[in-house]
Amino acid sequence: MAIADARTGSGDPPKVSLLYNPALRSYVYQIVTIVVIAWVIWYAWHNASQNLARANMTAGFGFLNSRAGFDVAQSLIAYSSDSTYFRALQVGLINTLVVSAAGIVTATIVGLLVGIGRLSQNWLIARLCTVYVEIFRNIPPLLVIFFWYLGVLALLPSIRTIFQHLEENPDAVFFISNRGIYMPAPVFGEGFGYVLTAFAIGIVAAIAFAIWANARQRATGKRPPVLMVSLGLIVLMPVVVFLFAGMPLSLDYAIPGSFNMRGGMSIGPEFLALFLALSLYTASFIAEIVRAGIRGVAKGQTEASYALGLRPGQTTRLVVLPQALRIIIPPLTSQYLNLIKNSSLAVAVGYADLVAVGGTILNQAGKAIEIIAIWMLVYVSISLVTSLFMNWFNAKMALVER
Amino acid sequence: MAKKIVAAVIGAAVMGIGAQAAQADTLSDVKAKGFVQCGVNGSNLAGFGAQDSAGNWSGLDVDLCKAVAAAVFGDATKVKYTPLSAKDRFPALQSGEIDMLARNTTWSTSRDSQLGFDFRAVNYYDGQGFMVKKELGVKSALELSGASICVQSGTTTELNLADYFRANNMDFKPVVFEAQDEADAAYNAGRCDAYTTDASGLYSIRLKMANPDDHMVLPEIISKEPLGPAVRQNDSKWLDVVSWSHYAMVAAEEFGINQENVEEMKKSANPDIKRFLGEEADSTLGADLGLPKDWAVQIVKAVGNYGDSFERNVGQGSPLKIDRGLNALWTKGGLQYAPPIR
Repeated sequence: MAIADARTGSGDPPKVSLLYNPALRSYVYQIVTIVVIAWVIWYAWHNASQNLARANMTAGFGFLNSRAGFDVAQSLIAYSSDSTYFRALQVGLINTLVVSAAGIVTATIVGLLVGIGRLSQNWLIARLCTVYVEIFRNIPPLLVIFFWYLGVLALLPSIRTIFQHLEENPDAVFFISNRGIYMPAPVFGEGFGYVLTAFAIGIVAAIAFAIWANARQRATGKRPPVLMVSLGLIVLMPVVVFLFAGMPLSLDYAIPGSFNMRGGMSIGPEFLALFLALSLYTASFIAEIVRAGIRGVAKGQTEASYALGLRPGQTTRLVVLPQALRIIIPPLTSQYLNLIKNSSLAVAVGYADLVAVGGTILNQAGKAIEIIAIWMLVYVSISLVTSLFMNWFNAKMALVER
Repeated sequence: MAKKIVAAVIGAAVMGIGAQAAQADTLSDVKAKGFVQCGVNGSNLAGFGAQDSAGNWSGLDVDLCKAVAAAVFGDATKVKYTPLSAKDRFPALQSGEIDMLARNTTWSTSRDSQLGFDFRAVNYYDGQGFMVKKELGVKSALELSGASICVQSGTTTELNLADYFRANNMDFKPVVFEAQDEADAAYNAGRCDAYTTDASGLYSIRLKMANPDDHMVLPEIISKEPLGPAVRQNDSKWLDVVSWSHYAMVAAEEFGINQENVEEMKKSANPDIKRFLGEEADSTLGADLGLPKDWAVQIVKAVGNYGDSFERNVGQGSPLKIDRGLNALWTKGGLQYAPPIR
């Protein structure tokens, strides 16, 4: 109080030259920054539009509704050369999302196993995991993709060999060739909806049972058999429904066509090469993150857990892993984002991802600026959504301070 | 590749300041910097644009670059080459990274208009074909229904392929690569049943295969592919120089002028030849094009006439052994025809 009084008592605040006024200074700096940024953006836009006008080229996204005219090798949605450029971009986006999602799931599983494996007491397992990490971590991802595409998948048996093999073994249903993997495709008959419904109900019921089991454990100290009941609900129930519905599922086998296998399900070598390369490359980084996370949990935690009478499995699941996850999740998010962005290397092996399809459109329509804007917007969006999800997950896993 | 495109676009967007003259004048720019920046095939397409182990470029398209340099500077070595993929070539020309594009590029309406280029001369009349392994037993492109076909992205080939199969009610599985080398490797490894590109390219790629005799080019030609040099739109002076450099090569063949006899032909009594070689008194032909008086002489001295260049690069003097066909002079049943030089 006294100090404040002494300050205010003197009347006006001490006179400072405007030049040194901190409030004014900060305003000036911010305004100058905004003006400079606005000028740069305006200049780039103005210059681009002037240059386009000089080359008699138009700008804008109207071209997206024109006929594409080219075919795309891998498409999960209906697409033909009569579709629009916009549709082609959708095909590319879906392909990017598919390979990214598959890559993230596989990389996480492999990374987790290898990361734990490196900490194994078993000399051989630990060394093998170390070798794996050091090899894949130190090779550029593009080379890993080429390795799979040209070094492994291209050397598989040719489609002619498969045809011959089929003549000798007419019962074979699963083939690996240099044109990809062929397998029977499931054809869902009438009534398969019941099975799916049973499956969905099973999952919901299993979750409800787990919640009830936790409450019961807290109340009585006895733990109901959650695993067995969940398995029964999720697996057994749909199987029973499937049998009662008269097994409404048949298989569509791949058979030799004139040049390729017809029917069935196939996964092309382009997807496989990219998927394997992205997964195994990123898994080597995730393995290190997992190892760091586990090492980051103090040994005392484990010892304390044992002292309380928890078994090793429970110790890992209930004590070590929750704490390790807090260390693991933030760098893991970065690896997921890297994997998504690295999927644009698809262009090297001809997998029709967003960049490959966009590049073709860029060339056919001559719309370089627009296509690059779309690329950037899409990758930023995918990455931000991934980050948001991982941040939410991180917040959920964060230490709750009581 | 994508990096190159991005660089070119940023170049187009930001760096275009230097070239903000109201009317583009590439000829003056070229004269000022002292060389022609020529965009050529970056995948070693033998016969059109390829580099030998010593780094020397050769090919029909490369000869055109040299002819332009000879016409402008009287020195065919004043060319700098930019090897380009099918996908990179257009942004490279749009952004001003290169002065002219001589990269077996098909002249089409949309490229002439929408992409902002100008075409005029055609230095090779081509058409799209298919190559298959002989062991498949395929004799016609119409038997290719259901086949996997290797193709390069961002080309007219890719569009013709889709149209041809659609028109004939056939289906196919495209295997699309950005770089020609990758498409070559995939076809060689058996990833595809057939390979499609311009027929001239097929002959060139066939030679690259482990065993060229195992492969055959099918008889069908499914499209018109007039390949020619492209320049940026609205620069007719530069378009004139590039086009007439080609026409001079064709005219030289019509006149029977070649590298050996060009000095001798200067003494010819034929007024057409005298005018062409800049021997006509007070002729302003060269000056009106913005070139020296003896521009045509320099072109012939540098690369010979069109027929010589053809035979040396893709014809009987080369491993490709392609017949003149459509590329014979108009007087011999072909399409190569130089407008009157007067």
